[in-house]
Amino acid sequence: MSSTTHDAHHDHHDHAPPKGMTRWLFTTNHKDLGVLYMVFALIMFFVGGAMAMVIRAELFQPGLNLVDPHFFNQMTTMHALVMIFGAVMPAFTGLANWLIPVQIGAPDMALPRVNNWAFWLLPAGFVLLLLTLFMPGGGPAGGWTMYPPLVLQLGDAFPFLIFAVHVLGISSIMGSINIVATILNMRAPGMTLMKMPLFVWAWLITAFLIVAVMPVLAGAVTMLLTDQYFGTSFFSAAGGGDPVMFQHIFWFFGHPEVYILILPAFGIVSAIIPTFARKPLFGYSSMVYATASIAFLSFIVWGHHMFSVGMPLAGQLFFMYATMLVAVPTGVKIFNWMATMWQGSMTFETPMLFAIAFVILFTIGGLSGVMLALAPVDLQYHDTYFVVAHFHYVLVSGAIFSIMAGVYYWLPKWTGHMYDERLGKWHFWLSMVSVNVLFFPQHFLGLAGMPRRIPDYALQFAEFNMISSIGGFAFGLSQLIFLWVIIKCVRGGEKASDQVWEGAKGLEWTLPSPAPYHTFETPPVVK
Amino acid sequence: MNLKMLTRALSAVGGAGLLLFAASALAVPESEWRRPWALNLPQGVTSLSEQVYNLHMLVFWIVCIIGLIVFFGVFYSVWKFRKSVGAVPAQWHHSTTVEIIWTVIPFLILLFIAIPATQTMVKIDDTSDYDMTVKVTGYQWMWEYEYLDEDISFFSRLDRDSDRARQRNPEIRPQDVEHYLLNVDNPLVVPVNTRIRFLLTANDVIHAWWVPELGWKKDAIPGFINEAWAEIREPGVYRGQCAELCGRDHGFMPIVVVALEQDDYEAWVDEQVNGNGEAEETAEVADEDNGEVAEQEDMSMDELMSVGERVYGNQCLACHQAEGQGMATFPALAGNDQVIEDREWVKDVIINGVSGTAMQAFGNRLNDEEIAGVVTYIMNAWGNDSGEEVQPADIRAAR
Ligand code: HEM
Ligand SMILES: [Cu+2]
Ligand SMILES: [Cu+2]
Repeated sequence: MSSTTHDAHHDHHDHAPPKGMTRWLFTTNHKDLGVLYMVFALIMFFVGGAMAMVIRAELFQPGLNLVDPHFFNQMTTMHALVMIFGAVMPAFTGLANWLIPVQIGAPDMALPRVNNWAFWLLPAGFVLLLLTLFMPGGGPAGGWTMYPPLVLQLGDAFPFLIFAVHVLGISSIMGSINIVATILNMRAPGMTLMKMPLFVWAWLITAFLIVAVMPVLAGAVTMLLTDQYFGTSFFSAAGGGDPVMFQHIFWFFGHPEVYILILPAFGIVSAIIPTFARKPLFGYSSMVYATASIAFLSFIVWGHHMFSVGMPLAGQLFFMYATMLVAVPTGVKIFNWMATMWQGSMTFETPMLFAIAFVILFTIGGLSGVMLALAPVDLQYHDTYFVVAHFHYVLVSGAIFSIMAGVYYWLPKWTGHMYDERLGKWHFWLSMVSVNVLFFPQHFLGLAGMPRRIPDYALQFAEFNMISSIGGFAFGLSQLIFLWVIIKCVRGGEKASDQVWEGAKGLEWTLPSPAPYHTFETPPVVK
Repeated sequence: MNLKMLTRALSAVGGAGLLLFAASALAVPESEWRRPWALNLPQGVTSLSEQVYNLHMLVFWIVCIIGLIVFFGVFYSVWKFRKSVGAVPAQWHHSTTVEIIWTVIPFLILLFIAIPATQTMVKIDDTSDYDMTVKVTGYQWMWEYEYLDEDISFFSRLDRDSDRARQRNPEIRPQDVEHYLLNVDNPLVVPVNTRIRFLLTANDVIHAWWVPELGWKKDAIPGFINEAWAEIREPGVYRGQCAELCGRDHGFMPIVVVALEQDDYEAWVDEQVNGNGEAEETAEVADEDNGEVAEQEDMSMDELMSVGERVYGNQCLACHQAEGQGMATFPALAGNDQVIEDREWVKDVIINGVSGTAMQAFGNRLNDEEIAGVVTYIMNAWGNDSGEEVQPADIRAAR
């Protein structure tokens, strides 16, 4: 008998969660921490979303209607930092915390105290970062990419920005080491690597990426710090340095980072599609290899963010070819998902709807990525709204849709209640329509000549900007439904069965819903 | 009349610069690509831009076809393999053959695209064999153009109407400004059918010089020089913008290229260098204007303050802050005794800058009225209340 059916009431060896604030402050339980991460991510999603609303409101019409350009720049910069480091990454880490142990049959994460510390660094880092908005001179306004020399013009907020990046970096590195240690050491007997659910595989690879590149980011921002305060000239031509070197270092982090933001999404979608197609995932091992090759390639393509800086021809060509290659494993994944649906027996509950939308919309983002990969044409696309459209297709309708799919999918397991399917469908359809109204016209804007990161624009761009803003407001409002569905589901609802979904396979679905505080204290045996 | 005097005379006229006047007098056509609802890249006006456009369209159609295959596949499955129509799930989950097919075919397609892409890239990169050279320098927030083969150089800034309309509570609406945010006081004038080499650099932060109809953008990086080239085939006015975030007014440093027939271009160069013919006449007008300004003498305090406030907002605020309170290494102006008491010093700092610091010389970027305005403004705003009025004539004398 496994401990999952263990009755906690007759046992005092801290099997039930302590009560009150201290439960959350001192918890080392992977489920508690998973919840904390996800709640934090949700809050940040709305904070970053509010900033996006300011941006879209300012761009609703030509003219400076609402905010000063300097504040506008703070909004674009902070929106990106909050969404990347505050919403998407913590949401994935939260899912990892909650799910990896139960998917591999482990009692908890390998390093529970590290887990607690990694989480609590996050709110600390973000309080620091967000408070810079109220400092004299305002918060960071030089773009999330923090290019010098512009970033060095930032006022009092500068050292706080650097310190916040360090704190967030340490948090993700610790979280990732924990995930690697858990996956490599804590699998239940019989759970060989090639039997692991793809979400676990995706996270194993993602965690390696994080451990590899976060220190690089830390190095880059530390060099900014010493340039500013300690007389070094890493990035200043006047002292023999080179501002472009920052970009090389930044994107050596930055490109793997964008895969950090999408590989776990691949894992989630690879879990959901087979469940609702009632058919095993097509090409499991090629999925694993594709993920690994994407991760490898992600280290040698960074130059595609810098085609306009004046690299030597050989460099441009190298980065162009390497980037084009990424499309091959990415394509394999998309075809595998399609093949999984083929001859399945599909139903369309909310998680499946989001997963299917992911496949389609991520494809759009991937295809515009292929266009961007071509160095000579990227000299036109670069730093325009075309790029903005590209990365929002992969990040919003990609990463964020996958997170929403995952939340709907596992929410019954977490809460023990079914969510409100009708509201879920409303949320899906409103999001699906509005996200396209929001981002599709941005392709046109970019091609028609609108640069990114501008607070005001020529009259010729007025129409599409207004459409895009309307889509933006609709998308923003639709997310309130998401919030409401979650709150409603936590509070109550139809009782969820253990398996929850007819086609669901995997260890987490053998547990009761809601899953007990401690699970798999005696490892299950995987055949 | 030498160039310096000419540009000074020009800046005294203010408003739409004479250089633009000279160009527009020749009725150079506006490009038709810039219009509401525009959807696509321009074909452009150079052989390079056309090649870039063709590559863009090639890859565009290829990704559209791939996209349609994926969408069709997904929608077909959704339609056909629904549980509600009684679909029974198959259990297969592997097929080496199809997996090889859908790895190899995309690879071949990419190979096919890579060939023209490589050719185009090689062509873009080849900056040899040029007929003339223009050096482009990015500043926060304007461009400077230097014709290395002629004795011509000037600054190019957002035109005055756009500048008035882009304020928070504008005197005129953006909708009433022609080429709002895409117009400058002094455009870059170049000849057609001439291989022009551009040398790009910057003075403060990184900018990027982008005119879509030339087919590329290139970063302007402080301390480094980038090269690019263009050979424009058709006379016309081609507009673009700074494409690299460069601070508060990144959105307000447009680029205008006026391409003229060779003869017209030469006449223009002649005007610039020698102040001959028409230009001399206009320059005389400018001189008269100059005189007039001097006679008009004093701007009212209100005028000075409102010009000054605008200039402060555009040029000074990013460092010295909205309330003149300064920030980090940028000194406060509010409550600064030297600012309040020493008008000669204030004029000098603004005209000539302070070497070795971030404080640049604004003398050749702002005209007399603007400097007079901003000097008056900082000496009186935020409770500085010195009561000083500095007039354009004082500035002219101090230059
Ligand atoms: C087939 C796959 C992909 C290819 C070939 C690709 C290619 C590119 C290229 C060439 C750029 C630079 C464009 C420019 O600045 O001119 C770019 C930008 C970007 N991509 Fe992708 N991409 C792909 C997938 C993704 C994915 C999966 C993500 C993240 C989930 C992503 C996120 C981004 C972001 C955030 C940027 C903009 C960064 C910035 O400048 O702020 N891309 N992509
Ligand atoms: Cu990238
Ligand atoms: Cu600029």
